[in-house]
Amino acid sequence: MSPDASQPTVRLEIVSRPSLLGAARALVATIAQRCGFDEIQCGQISLAVDEALCNIIRHGYNCRDDGRILISLSQREAQSPGIEIVIEDDALQVDPDTIRSRDLDDIRPGGLGVHIIREIMDEVSYTRRDRRGMRLTLVKHLHPVAAAARKSESNT
Amino acid sequence: MSNTQELEIFTETIDDAVIVRPVGEIDLSGAPALRQQLKQAQETRPGRVIVDLGEVPYMDSSGLATLVEAMQIARKNQGKLIICALQQKVRSIFEIARLDMVFKIVNTRDEALAL
Repeated sequence: MSPDASQPTVRLEIVSRPSLLGAARALVATIAQRCGFDEIQCGQISLAVDEALCNIIRHGYNCRDDGRILISLSQREAQSPGIEIVIEDDALQVDPDTIRSRDLDDIRPGGLGVHIIREIMDEVSYTRRDRRGMRLTLVKHLHPVAAAARKSESNT
Repeated sequence: MSNTQELEIFTETIDDAVIVRPVGEIDLSGAPALRQQLKQAQETRPGRVIVDLGEVPYMDSSGLATLVEAMQIARKNQGKLIICALQQKVRSIFEIARLDMVFKIVNTRDEALAL
């Protein structure tokens, strides 16, 4: 976790089942709203998490529906207010350097998830966990105007 | 535990157009049903397949992949795939994926039928 992140506000553990994606999205949108993001941004942040979870289910767990996925959400304060989301799994480990967006000029089904995640989030970092699985850290910064408004609200 | 609104898909035929109207969220859970319905809709090689997304509040890249595949089938059949009535949140994923210029997208079903 980054140095200025507070303790995780919420942790959600799910199994790698597509029917649970809606619940995960709803939780992420709710926490993002509490961090001061507007409705459109909340939708986009939950989309980024959805795409990450889809990739874990499809590629990490090969569509197995009993894999563990842990989602931790923290509100970031201090110098760069926003939200930090850490997604951990016990799935196949891959070289983080091989996780890249594909060429969008090649119009074909699939392979858009990483591009969408990188377009929406300000910081995207894949690392291998110690023994098994991967860790994805996503950060979205709050726009300075929204951050100031939020600070002012919390002071009143 | 599931918050996903169950996806329902309705199909109707008007002249040479088959209209496919999903209702609900389209994600990894719902996309296979849409894929199946779109494949079925294209079995008779209609001139136009219109996908009415007016009642779809959310779509992820699984839904986009399904639509790209359907567009490719329509082109192979020398037909058209037209998307209509996108909600703003759903339109934004087309824009993020830079597919808003690839698909034929119109505002209303009537516009799609008039093409």
